[in-house]
Amino acid sequence: MSMATAIPQPTSPPAAERENYLNKEYGVWSWLLTTDHKRIALLYLLSITFFFFIGGFFALLIRLELLTPAGDLVQADTYNKLFTMHGMVMVFFFLIPSIPAVLGNFLVPLMVGAKDLAFPRINLLSWYLYIIGGVMMLHCMFTGGVDTGWTFYAPFSTSFTNTNIVEAGLAIFVAGFSSILTGLNFVVTIHRMRAPGMTWSRLPLFIWAHYATSIIQLLGTPVIAVTIVLVAAERALHLGIFDPKLGGDPVLFQHLFWFYSHPAVYIMILPSMGVVTEIIACFSRKRIFGYHFVALSSIAIAVFGFLVWAHHMFVAGISVYSALVFSFLSYAVALPSAIKVFNWTATLYKGSIHYDAPMLYAFGFLGLFTIGGLTGLFLAALGIDVHVTDTYFVVAHFHYIMVGGAVMGYLGGMHFWWPKISGRLYPEGWARLAALIVFLGFNLTFFPQFLLGYMGMPRRYYDYSHMPEFQILNVLSTAGATILGVGYLLPMVYFLWSMRYGKPASDNPWNAAGLEWKTASPPPTFNFDQEPVVTWEAYNYEELDAPHNEEVPVAK
Amino acid sequence: MQNNASAGSFTAVHDHHGEAHVAHNPALLHHFAAPQQQRDAASLGMWVFLATEVMFFGGLFCSYLIYRRWYFSDFAAASKTINMYLGATNTGVLICSSLTVVLAVWAAQTARRALLVGMLVITMLLGLVFLGIKGVEYREKFEEHHVPGASFSFDHVEIPGHPGQFANPRHAQIFFTLYFVMTGLHALHMIIGLGIFTWLLIMAWKGRFTPEWHTPVEIGGLYWHFVDIVWIYLFPLLYLIDRH
Amino acid sequence: MYFAVFFALLAGTVLTVFAATLDLGKYNAAVALAIASIKATLVALFFMHVWHASEKLTKLVVIAALFFLLLLLGLTMSDYATRLWS
Repeated sequence: MSMATAIPQPTSPPAAERENYLNKEYGVWSWLLTTDHKRIALLYLLSITFFFFIGGFFALLIRLELLTPAGDLVQADTYNKLFTMHGMVMVFFFLIPSIPAVLGNFLVPLMVGAKDLAFPRINLLSWYLYIIGGVMMLHCMFTGGVDTGWTFYAPFSTSFTNTNIVEAGLAIFVAGFSSILTGLNFVVTIHRMRAPGMTWSRLPLFIWAHYATSIIQLLGTPVIAVTIVLVAAERALHLGIFDPKLGGDPVLFQHLFWFYSHPAVYIMILPSMGVVTEIIACFSRKRIFGYHFVALSSIAIAVFGFLVWAHHMFVAGISVYSALVFSFLSYAVALPSAIKVFNWTATLYKGSIHYDAPMLYAFGFLGLFTIGGLTGLFLAALGIDVHVTDTYFVVAHFHYIMVGGAVMGYLGGMHFWWPKISGRLYPEGWARLAALIVFLGFNLTFFPQFLLGYMGMPRRYYDYSHMPEFQILNVLSTAGATILGVGYLLPMVYFLWSMRYGKPASDNPWNAAGLEWKTASPPPTFNFDQEPVVTWEAYNYEELDAPHNEEVPVAK
Repeated sequence: MQNNASAGSFTAVHDHHGEAHVAHNPALLHHFAAPQQQRDAASLGMWVFLATEVMFFGGLFCSYLIYRRWYFSDFAAASKTINMYLGATNTGVLICSSLTVVLAVWAAQTARRALLVGMLVITMLLGLVFLGIKGVEYREKFEEHHVPGASFSFDHVEIPGHPGQFANPRHAQIFFTLYFVMTGLHALHMIIGLGIFTWLLIMAWKGRFTPEWHTPVEIGGLYWHFVDIVWIYLFPLLYLIDRH
Repeated sequence: MYFAVFFALLAGTVLTVFAATLDLGKYNAAVALAIASIKATLVALFFMHVWHASEKLTKLVVIAALFFLLLLLGLTMSDYATRLWS
């Protein structure tokens, strides 16, 4: 058995014959007790897809209610629960884990040339914590859900609501611990387990992005964890930390909540930016323009992201002077993101562009993230924010970033690395169609919401019958959501199909740069047959595309 | 951290080097290239984890600072009712335990098994003393009805330095909420620390630690020192607001 | 060496208690926090071996944690400290 992978193969035999991480062991326990980062990544893939469906189901109900101005589908309280559960599930159980827990877990050791993450058992623990948190959240849903909005502001959440805040809070607390442990694993792995020759300047920008993400996960999540503890204590014991009647300050809750939750949005977008960087380089066959700028801009986003949280609180009663400072800092945080957009564009310039499905998602990301980011600047301006806060303008802004940005990046990454993960090729025609459907559906869903918000439709309202002229845009939005749903279902179908009927993939079907492409598809359990020694720079596409593969050292 | 168990299961896996498997310290986990790398990874992991703990307590310190500024006199009155001498004693206890921890690490580095075991035992005893004194303090508060919740009462307590003026019970309740949450969380970390040290003690007793490999002692020590540092800040902030 | 630090820590504790009994006005809190910070620094540098750490990374992690903590405390206080300005 051990000899099969030791003999160098001149061509890649079909994946099924070679021993790899998928066929090494069979049986439920070999998966549930695995410490292989690649298997854990797949465990996460299944779990977050499940929660994506749950969150999507709530979104569907929301959009159905908003088809008509009257509140006729559900009651007001129920609607509050719908948007709350949609937000909590999507943020904490889908978006925050998504790319780091699936693609990050799978690729970080491969990209740095290691056999596994630094702490494989902690990695498995992190998945179990996610599952425990998820089960608690499901139980909370089945016992009535929560109706405070995903932001569970005090004193409504602590003193007035009758729903199960404590359980939802604890579910998020546990899932937050999962997030912290993932971040810890990545930071230590990237620092300590790079292969010989893999200097910081040769790391893929995907790794830089995940490093920055991990910093945020590590330093931000504990603050919301302790805030949840305070909320639970206040609720259970009728204390007064956030209750104004008892001398507390509800704005303090918001400070503590947003100190994490703003950097959290960077947890959601940074990994996606890392994915897009890899895809754009590969499908323009070019080195990324300004490698160091892009790398440092990831770190800058992580640091600056901690300086801006009160821009969610401009109308909450904070001091005007502090609002000024936060507004200024919010403009500053846009700079590193803009640098990335410029660098991606410069990379595309005079590149040899290939329009494969991953690249279509990357293009979608570029346009939609730019729109989302620019509308963020509108919101950072105090004067404008006073008018559009708590309207659909905000809803559209963050969905452009989180769905148009993060989810597009996630889908692009899943397509790009699918051959590596599964050893199979997905059907390219269907994938391009799905990308197009997602793009069109997305814009139809969320662009009308910018208009709605600008014209004054408030968010979190189930009934807008006092402003019936909003109906047409709402109908368009719901239609778009249906199309978007179809676009999301297609990849799930053909990815599953490809696992059995897809063409076997070679080691490097895209001829891409990066250590992960220098090992088999799917990789063996310990990733590389021999420890790689890196002697080339990142994104060496000129060498890869050169007529003959002279001296690109391939660790086989 | 059960190194021997997992090292066993990893070496059972096929060797993909193809060459003879070089003998190594059984504590070396298979995904690491060298013992130094494993040690560095464990150390960095613990430091990074402590950074997350700084932020975890940080949220509480933030709340505390804001309310202390808002309700200084009420906080002062409340702080005066907790036992400064017990608090100071506990500070001393933890400082002693930090000393015994560094001595334990030194003992592991120099292969002094008896000293290592002894120091671990004394550290744990000091930790239990700390928790015992905390228990006494909590009991005092319970008897005085200063535990936040339904039975809280703080009537007619004078503000220090302002005879005749009484503290606002609602603001005092905020003090006590923060007092119990902060010291309670700290005590929870102590208990976890005792659990970790129990495991270290068992391993040390069995002679598992050598000068080449005693990483769990080192990183367990880091955790213990961190818990000490948190208390170093808690003590003056909670106990010494206005004692003159 | 460890014993020197140990006695310094104990002395610092006694000093803190003593200083609390003096009336220093608004500097009471500052003095208490300053002494606490010196004690914490001693523990970190010498008991946790940061002073002799061979890796610069350890020091970077400590500084990063402190930086973000101060950010949380400082920027939040900036709201409360300036609310009554106008």
